[in-house]
Amino acid sequence: MSIPNEIPITPELVAEHGLTEEEYAKILELIGREPTFTELGIFSAMWNEHCSYKSSKKWLRTLPTKAPWVIHGPGENAGVIDIGDNQAIVFKMESHNHPSYIEPYQGATTGVGGILRDVFTMGARPIAALNSLRFGSPEHPKTRHLVSGVVAGIAGYGNCFGVPTVGGEVNFHARYDGNILVNAMAAGLADADRIFTSEARGVGLPVVYLGAKTGRDGMGGATMASAEFSDDTEEKRPTVQVGDPFTEKCLMEACMELYENDCVIAIQDMGAAGLTCSAVEMGAKGNLGIELDLDKVPQREPGMSAYEMMLSESQERMLMVLKPEKRELAESIFNKWGLDFAIVGKTTDDLKFRILHHGDEVAELPIKELGDEAPEYDRPWKEPQAPAPLLPEDVPEPEDYEAAILTMISCPDMADKSWIWKQYDYLVQANTAQIPGGDAAVIRVHENGKAIALCADVTPRYVEADPFEGAKQAVAECWRNLSAVGAKPLAVTDNLNFGNPEREDIMGQFVMAIKGIALACSKLEFPVVSGNVSLYNETHGRAILPTPTIGGVGVMEDWRKMATIAFKQEGDIILLIGGHGRQLGQSIYLREVLGREDGPPPIVDLDLEKKRGDFIRAGIHSGLFTAVHDISDGGLALALAEMAIASRLGAQISFLPPGPAHIPLFAEDQARYVVTCKPGDAERIIAIADPAGVPAMRIGTVGGDALELEDVANIPVATLKARHEAWLRAYMEGEV
Amino acid sequence: MKSAIIEFPGINRENDMARALRLATGHAPEPVWHTGTQLPAGTDLVVIPGGFSYGDYLRCGAIAARSPIMEAVRAAAARGVKVLGVCNGFQILTEAGLLPGALMRNAGLRFVCETVRLRVENDSTFFTNRLKKGDVLPCPVAHHDGNYFADDETLKRLEGEGRVVFRYAKGSNPNGSMADIAGIMNEGGNVIGMMPHPEDRVEELHGGSECLPLFESLLEEVMA
Repeated sequence: MSIPNEIPITPELVAEHGLTEEEYAKILELIGREPTFTELGIFSAMWNEHCSYKSSKKWLRTLPTKAPWVIHGPGENAGVIDIGDNQAIVFKMESHNHPSYIEPYQGATTGVGGILRDVFTMGARPIAALNSLRFGSPEHPKTRHLVSGVVAGIAGYGNCFGVPTVGGEVNFHARYDGNILVNAMAAGLADADRIFTSEARGVGLPVVYLGAKTGRDGMGGATMASAEFSDDTEEKRPTVQVGDPFTEKCLMEACMELYENDCVIAIQDMGAAGLTCSAVEMGAKGNLGIELDLDKVPQREPGMSAYEMMLSESQERMLMVLKPEKRELAESIFNKWGLDFAIVGKTTDDLKFRILHHGDEVAELPIKELGDEAPEYDRPWKEPQAPAPLLPEDVPEPEDYEAAILTMISCPDMADKSWIWKQYDYLVQANTAQIPGGDAAVIRVHENGKAIALCADVTPRYVEADPFEGAKQAVAECWRNLSAVGAKPLAVTDNLNFGNPEREDIMGQFVMAIKGIALACSKLEFPVVSGNVSLYNETHGRAILPTPTIGGVGVMEDWRKMATIAFKQEGDIILLIGGHGRQLGQSIYLREVLGREDGPPPIVDLDLEKKRGDFIRAGIHSGLFTAVHDISDGGLALALAEMAIASRLGAQISFLPPGPAHIPLFAEDQARYVVTCKPGDAERIIAIADPAGVPAMRIGTVGGDALELEDVANIPVATLKARHEAWLRAYMEGEV
Repeated sequence: MKSAIIEFPGINRENDMARALRLATGHAPEPVWHTGTQLPAGTDLVVIPGGFSYGDYLRCGAIAARSPIMEAVRAAAARGVKVLGVCNGFQILTEAGLLPGALMRNAGLRFVCETVRLRVENDSTFFTNRLKKGDVLPCPVAHHDGNYFADDETLKRLEGEGRVVFRYAKGSNPNGSMADIAGIMNEGGNVIGMMPHPEDRVEELHGGSECLPLFESLLEEVMA
């Protein structure tokens, strides 16, 4: 059969597909002829940055990915870890940055939809969703609209789908004015001995199309997400897909029934580059060819070309290799849920990716090479300049400590985010033990009380100042937050958001951040099991703050033992674990009170981090602590203020070290916690901490209705709470 | 007690509801798929749970209210079988004409998930007989369209006949509902609809089990 080639392939056409001259030459060499238009589209879909990881692959390989509890590391739809009792947690985080800026509601919904699909494709029922969001400066004219649209989109999808959205983080910074970040994370629960993958097995088996019909939406979305933005951003709206959470909910339930009835050999969701990527993935992994007949593909509109069908990113679709004897059963399950079920092809033994359309063969490509031979770049990079040191003594004291604390607690990054998370259904499934607002979310996974904890963290201003230390800090903070609720941290998913990797300085940030993540994950035995890279987050040549978001999962034997941040009881003793801090570089105090963003970020000592985190976890398990909160943004003062606000109880703090109080109150030194305990337990805790090499000191008492910080501040908790809770609501209603 | 949970595509709190029913009564409810035309024989209680039936892409609950199983629910309700609709279930019951009024978009125009204070207004129903009039319970809400509306005459009848079962306590109305109405019943007292989710406040994990007595009330009336 001859391959029709009506559309001549010109250098312009090649460039429009985001392929370089060298990449096109490689295509010619691989297939030994000029590609058809459809084939060019397929190469473009497989070889763009978003799908091929061509700039990042070399470095991603250096991440630690193994531990005895890891069932599947990177390379599958999501990472899988064993949590005992034949239970596994399947989880991943993925970005939907570019589409969310162009069309915030649909961009965010399809981001959530995509990550949920990644999780249930592997056999897991989604049990928790989180998100990590970065917006531009509150003063930027688009920010309010973007916050409103993204939050409504996340809510619209997750709430309808029926997964509790239980955690996340939100930051504002002018460097995200032209490129917001929407990183969505999902976790699901599966039987450890029943995990599904995309690896096809067996020749001549039916390839089945499941879910929604294919339309012309999202054409070229992955290619769009592999380029910088400029003035034509608005024109890219048609590349954004449209989400349908109802169909996805039905698709998930139908897949669960397929799994229970043992119908599936291999399954892959259609995400970026839709039918192309999913089919190639299944074939290439299984060392098989795939033949697809596009006339059999359920279509939303008539007259679609092969090119359009292969590149469509219509949502809520799956591809599966079916056990042939289960065909009737599988079809009846999909009919029950009102979804399309069509046999669209078969597995072959010739390692070819063959596409038929209207009786013509429109593509015939070597399937392994499409994935494996994708270009890989060792992009030049330049080590970032180390920030100038900043001595704490050179950072001036505030004129008014009370005003400084109120400014910090109400600034956009620190202000209460309940305006956002109250739009998310964080309770559905009735297993949410710790709701948003604490250090980590806690979800029950077993009737015996076993629970998982989840959180997502990164401090982009630290990473900007020092990508290596900043990335270490992101991992450490995630690990610390899980420890602070009492969970044993098990593994992470990383979502690496950076600018244009073709610039040496950006590539330098990326490389150093990976090195930081690799070191921290390896020291903390916290392997990376899944992840996503989002590059080209730039507009007019200005990049975002480097933002390697770390999503972590931990496990605890009994949710009843978990710790929360709220003070519990008047008279409880307040202990500082980890000693007083001195590092004010890149602190919230420096930025919000003094208007400066300089100095190095706090250094993370991973050995101390581990020792102190283990101590905190053991203390929580022994029931020694009545409240626990890690110290991060804003330092000791803000940690105490947050504990007071959560409980409406005050505290009297003394025993600050000699010298100006702003250093111990606002320093952001790592590996530290505030804990409280019953008066009778304080001496015992200190006695246990001391030989373990963990500094533990008494700094005050819970009680009254004000936060009293030695003689420098005395602020009513009601005032703290009012200021903390006012900003976001007022901002979104246009009052500030 | 024999209870049935109606399952429409898109509902998502059927397991929360089944768990609460099990905790309180010791009986597991039977799931009934929406294409069915009959309820299991001997059903004492029909529950329509929360979620987004058919995505709620049309008016909330409008499509579900017209599905085959609802004929059977209507007939059972006419015979006096107890029917409880929560959240989407409440919306479906109003769309099906089993309860008066309508649930409009929240006054704040946003989805709202929070714990409100719910006041029991009628303590002699099949779902409230273990509580006392005036009791205030913490209870979560999670909805986008819970703003109860009825015309003046209907409202007057509901109030006059003691058919307002639950109200949001002062300062706790999350959606702009008229007269702070959170739940109502039909004339016969055997059909109750409410927006809040008592099934998500029945055990220590939920922060408290204050709403468990609502489900325990079923033991008195429905089983008797």
